[in-house]
This record gives sequence, C-alpha cells and structure tokens, in this order.
Amino acid sequence: MKFGIVQFPGSNCDHDALWALQHNLGQEAEFLWHKGSDLKNADVIVLPGGFSYGDYLRTGAIARFSPIMKEVVRFANAGGPVIGICNGFQILCESGLLPGVLMRNTSLRFVCKYVHLKVENADTMFSGSCLPGQVIEIPIAHGDGNFVCDGAVLKELQDSNRIVFRYCDAEGNATEEANPNGSMMNIAGIVNKRGNVFGMMPHPERACDRQLMGRSDGALIFRSIVEHASVLGV
Amino acid sequence: MYTAKITVTLRPAILDVQGKAVEHALHSLGYGGVEHVRMGKFITLQIATDDQKEAKRISDEACAKLLSNPIIEDFSVALERIG
Repeated sequence: MKFGIVQFPGSNCDHDALWALQHNLGQEAEFLWHKGSDLKNADVIVLPGGFSYGDYLRTGAIARFSPIMKEVVRFANAGGPVIGICNGFQILCESGLLPGVLMRNTSLRFVCKYVHLKVENADTMFSGSCLPGQVIEIPIAHGDGNFVCDGAVLKELQDSNRIVFRYCDAEGNATEEANPNGSMMNIAGIVNKRGNVFGMMPHPERACDRQLMGRSDGALIFRSIVEHASVLGV
Repeated sequence: MYTAKITVTLRPAILDVQGKAVEHALHSLGYGGVEHVRMGKFITLQIATDDQKEAKRISDEACAKLLSNPIIEDFSVALERIG
C-alpha cells in the first residue's frame, strides 16, 4: 500500500516517516508538497511532526489552510485513513478533523524522552496490531502536547472508546506523574468517530528501527494500518 | 480604511500556564498583591473599506476562522477609522 507524507514548511519528521515506512515497514511512500493538490493516489495520508509555519499564531493553525489540506479533508471525509503525528495531530485538531486542541505543556518545558503508552483501544485501524492494555514505549518531543477539550467532548471520547493511547507508567497506570504535558485523562492519541482519522503526540516513526533506535514499538502503529488494509484487500 | 485592534484571550475556564508562570515571577519580584495574570495576543490589521459594518464583518470572520481557536479562546475587536 502507498503512504503519502505531507511536507509543510517546518515539517521535520517527514524523512523519519519515509524511512520508517519504506525501510522498516517495506511499504511504498512518497512526499506530498503542501502547495500541491494531488494526493498521488496514496492509500494513507501521514501528517508528520515538526513546526509547520514556525508554530506561529497557534500550533497547526496556519498549516490547516495549506492547499493540500483541502484534499486531505476531502480524503478523510470519504473514509480515507489519515494519521497525524505530533504537529500532525495539532493540525488535525485545528482543521476540525479531530476534536480538542493541543495546548502548551503545563510544565512550560519542551519534553523530549521515551514515554510509556497504554493501549486503551486495540480495535482501531491504527492500533489493531497491539494487544488490549499493552504498554508500549515511544518517544515524545513537544512543547504543546497538552490535550484539552470541553467536558461533553471528553465524555464522548470516553464513552465511544476513542481514546486510543494514554500516557502511563511502566506498569500501565495512567498516573499524574506519568503525564508529561498535563493532557486531560493522560490522553496521548485519539481517533475520530468514524475511526479513520487518528492523531497522537508521541512519534512512532522514531521507534521503528530497532538497529538504529534500539526499540521498535512504533512499528506496531504502522503495521496496524497495513494489516487493516490487507484484510480489506487494498 | 479601518484599523482593527484585536485581542485574543484564553477563556476563563482554561488554565493559563504561561500566566501562572508570569504571576510567580511577579510575586518573586515583590509584587505579592498581583493576581490572576492571564496571557493573550494582540493583533492589529488594516482593512481596505470605508464601511464600518464590512470592516467588522471581515475582522470577526478572520478571528473566528484563523486568529482565535473557539475551543479555548475568546476575541474582541475594536475598529478605528484611519482616513
């Protein structure tokens, strides 16, 4: 299957995503320029991490108006799978494809480290290769990862099982100490109602190459997408 | 021509961690009586129209679409005619 990785001015995890998808997952992957309007027949769209438009105004606020985003929104509304990582998650929230917003970390610090994530829902196309309740290790690198939404939205996310990953300790407890940014309910990744748009702050593309990085839990996320597609015969 | 002076503020219910940090700094400077520090954004823009209603419509729309995020922020617009 083919992944299309959008490059915004200021994206900086685009090449990591390309490496992970091509070399570690053995998939076809291609860059998509933000000014273009052609998704090049990609089966999955990746909005990578970085600092699109220098994070000016608010993170992701300007990138959502890039020409390519019109096509990404159309693709998503037609059921196409879209994964937003870090800045990509912020862009998905700003564009309204996902609810909520990512605010400044409560520590006011940029946090760059491995974190533990608990798989809260292993029944999505982005987490199907994980075990329910499994604890995985994936790095974060962000200053604005504090997920905030209103009470009604939070309840809906919980009730409809759309919280996919939560920050936790090594034993899988989503404690306050294990929360690196102040996110409500330790939320690290959520999926939309339809289940085809997913955003997460941690960087799975940075944890796919065991030889380079020593860990490969990030590959679980991309493998989930690939396996889901193969079941559907894409 | 109009100048729009736009203020974007975090909604009262939203925790303002930057405001809190500034408040602590003010306290350590000796301003113990300072409370409820909130950070926001101030944006000015010029709108090429002589119609105040049109200027208001454009600036409100710009705020709602781009300059603020309605989930966490409120905005206010003050218009000033500049010739």
